Amino acid sequence: MKLSINGQVSEVDVEDDTPLLWVLREQLGLTGTKYGCGIAMCGACTVHIDGVAQRSCVLPISAVSETQKITTIEGLGVQQFHPVQDAWAEIDVAQCGFCQPGMIMAVSSLLAQDPNPTDEQIQSEITNICRCGTYPRVLEGVKLAAQRMASNQKAGGSNEQV
Amino acid sequence: MNKSETNAHSEGAINLTRRGFLKGSGAAAGAFVFGFSVPFSQSALAQSNSPEVNAWVVVQPDETVLIRIARQEMGQGSLTGLAQLVAEELECDWDKVDFDLVKPGQNRERDNAWGSQFTAGSTAIRGSHEYLRQGGASARMMLTEAAALQWQVSASECRVSEGVITHEPSGRTTTYGAVAKAANDIEPPKTESIILKDPKNWRIAGKDKARLDTLDKLDGSLVYGVDFSMPGMLVAVPKACPVHGGKLKSFDAEKVKNMPGVKQVVRVDDETVAVVADTFWRAQKALKALPIEWDEGDNAKVSSESIAKKLREGLTADTSFVGNQAGDAKDALANAEQVIEADYSYPYQNHAQMETLAATVRWRKNGCEMWGPTQVPGAALAALAEAAELPQDVCEIHTMRIGGSFGRRAATDYIRQATLIAKQIPDTPIKLMWTREEDMLQGRFHPVTQCRLRAAMDDEGNVQALHMRISGQSIMAYAMPQAMGDNGDPVAYQGLDPEGDMALGYSFPNLLVDHAMHNPHIRPGFWRGVNLNQNALYLESFIDELAHAAGQDPLAFRRKLMANHPKHLAVLEAAAKGIGWDTKPPEGIYRGIAQVKGFGSYVAAAAEVSVTDGEVKMHRIVAATDPGHVINPQQVEAQVAGSFVYGLSPLLYSEATVKDGRIEQQNFNTYRVMTLKDMPKVEVITMPSGGFWGGVGEPTIAVAAPAVLNAIFAATGKRIRNIPLKNTDLTVS
Repeated sequence: MKLSINGQVSEVDVEDDTPLLWVLREQLGLTGTKYGCGIAMCGACTVHIDGVAQRSCVLPISAVSETQKITTIEGLGVQQFHPVQDAWAEIDVAQCGFCQPGMIMAVSSLLAQDPNPTDEQIQSEITNICRCGTYPRVLEGVKLAAQRMASNQKAGGSNEQV
Repeated sequence: MNKSETNAHSEGAINLTRRGFLKGSGAAAGAFVFGFSVPFSQSALAQSNSPEVNAWVVVQPDETVLIRIARQEMGQGSLTGLAQLVAEELECDWDKVDFDLVKPGQNRERDNAWGSQFTAGSTAIRGSHEYLRQGGASARMMLTEAAALQWQVSASECRVSEGVITHEPSGRTTTYGAVAKAANDIEPPKTESIILKDPKNWRIAGKDKARLDTLDKLDGSLVYGVDFSMPGMLVAVPKACPVHGGKLKSFDAEKVKNMPGVKQVVRVDDETVAVVADTFWRAQKALKALPIEWDEGDNAKVSSESIAKKLREGLTADTSFVGNQAGDAKDALANAEQVIEADYSYPYQNHAQMETLAATVRWRKNGCEMWGPTQVPGAALAALAEAAELPQDVCEIHTMRIGGSFGRRAATDYIRQATLIAKQIPDTPIKLMWTREEDMLQGRFHPVTQCRLRAAMDDEGNVQALHMRISGQSIMAYAMPQAMGDNGDPVAYQGLDPEGDMALGYSFPNLLVDHAMHNPHIRPGFWRGVNLNQNALYLESFIDELAHAAGQDPLAFRRKLMANHPKHLAVLEAAAKGIGWDTKPPEGIYRGIAQVKGFGSYVAAAAEVSVTDGEVKMHRIVAATDPGHVINPQQVEAQVAGSFVYGLSPLLYSEATVKDGRIEQQNFNTYRVMTLKDMPKVEVITMPSGGFWGGVGEPTIAVAAPAVLNAIFAATGKRIRNIPLKNTDLTVS
């Protein structure tokens, strides 16, 4: 079975019901995508499929086709940090950090679709669980990243990712 | 930020943590003491030519200052704070600081050179600040001495700033990196000769510094225990009897042995079976298909209701342990004109740390190693060695940064399991991984308690007596029975103690705080905030009840009781001022306050909430903390805000209930926790008054819930005495 991950085509041989999460982690060694619950509740396993955030722990590999472009945290900012990662570094959002790859993938997807979300939109869209309680800085980080992306655009730059 | 910088940092950090660093043991750094082929030996050997200055400090020729961290980092940020303390006295360039994690076997090998590695009870900073600063100062003195020796001048003529040593009379300069090797041979100064800086003059400690351990958390490159892998490694997924104390009767391995990837099904101990496979996914799938018979025993009859009934009996039981008393509260209550009484309860809570339990263990007949996280490296090494049936000398734990822990990994159960499995499959690295469901069922739960509070009050609203009867489970009786004392469980009275780190902040002419112990079979553990959480909820809600009964403002009412407790009062006043207690709140918004002392710090919170159609909305919480000293203000702020998520999740949603002897909630769909949408705006006031050292990871958890509950009472007139709120109808009838 062929998959397009972070701009490369990989071939894996697993049972059809294996969730994408475990293909990434155990077949391809991409352990940045985390297991938190296995029932799509916590969001630690969030990846992008064709640019849209999806929870990979309940997505069987049989439902993913080679034409779909999968991006994991390892592929988000390859040459340079994504503005969301930059914002996260700047204001020290992470505590233990375990949920943050999923959080960052969810936020970068949100901002790709809505470059200027309101607090209410952020609160309803970002439902990832963080037990350290980084939520106030997550909120601040989303807004900082949104500002950065807006000024990048103005300067003629691009926020396009892999 | 340039990506290559990030990689340089993160790879550097990983390599650094992988380096061996034995001094004077005759072993080359990197080739660890018993010569195991650790998978990192290549990178370790490549960097083995930087001798340490002392146990805490290594300076590399490129001026990178490597500070050794002995306490565990699980998100709380103390790794950075600890490095700040060393760097402050070392007088190095903070921008060149990196860190290295100390392993418990190394600590043991060097006669505990790094002190306690235990990381719980908000102790990391407050339990090690002095010797860390001395370690930094000692290294500075040795480096200076080495330079002076090279110049043939007196060290007293030399000055140090940002890692540059200057001989003032001649103007000659050199750097730490240039003299580090020579400093290694300098005799360390005697502790008595080390004069530490006045905190007033700090320039690294006490300042906002970015965390040292952030970047590799943002690109997925940080390897947590669950991410670790080694060549030839297999994955084991365990299942223990869902009724704690029950036994594993039998299992039918034949039914699953031909499933993909399955290697073996093993009996781990009396109560646990595990499937060993090539991957987690395959192992857990086979485990689900494995027919297992349990002997659940009598505990299978226990339910939350049966536990609550026992605890209710404890509220009036004749015998109890006494935690704090003054005067004769029982007599005063018996003769009082007006007695106010209320019963409260707090349910079981699961840690629900994001990283489920995992550890990789390789057992060989001549030694046993573990790669994975723990909060208690010393105890973990002992548990590893005991399960391995090998001496500690030939065992080691390669500690890792932790994906949240909150007390869960103060227990070593998962380490024991991993070792018992690895011992049955010698020479093969076994990564034990728990499912979320196992993590929820086999937690070490925040204990369950009830509390009856009775107060005698005179006509003028003065409290003449208070009796606080706690009924319920003891953590220590299960986890550390050797620590039980004349007062029973010494930590049962956190926040209610007569004095010390957990001292009560009120004076009552007659006081009795006692504990009727009942220990259900559900295994308890240390959960962030421990017993301070429910004790503060009970007392701070009840004080609010008394204030309303007396017809007095809750802040003014507390002031009268706190005259002898100025530091407690100072944080309460600060939180009240921050919320605008003396001003009228916006339409529909109501306020509540609470205070407590815990883990050495004085804390208070003031909350603003609204209740609309029974829905509580927490708008804003102001927290005030006096921890004595603050090492990294922006991280203290992060801890306080984060602690509210831990304290308010149980208020709103979280509870672990018992049915047929087992915990009912097995995942986040039923064990619900706060998300971003629930988060109030948090304003953090940090007001260190000096002269003592308190913790900040835990104490503010305890004031969040009572401040909100008191605000809900102000909004609705309903006094909530049992949480979570999801079980209570708050619609105004």
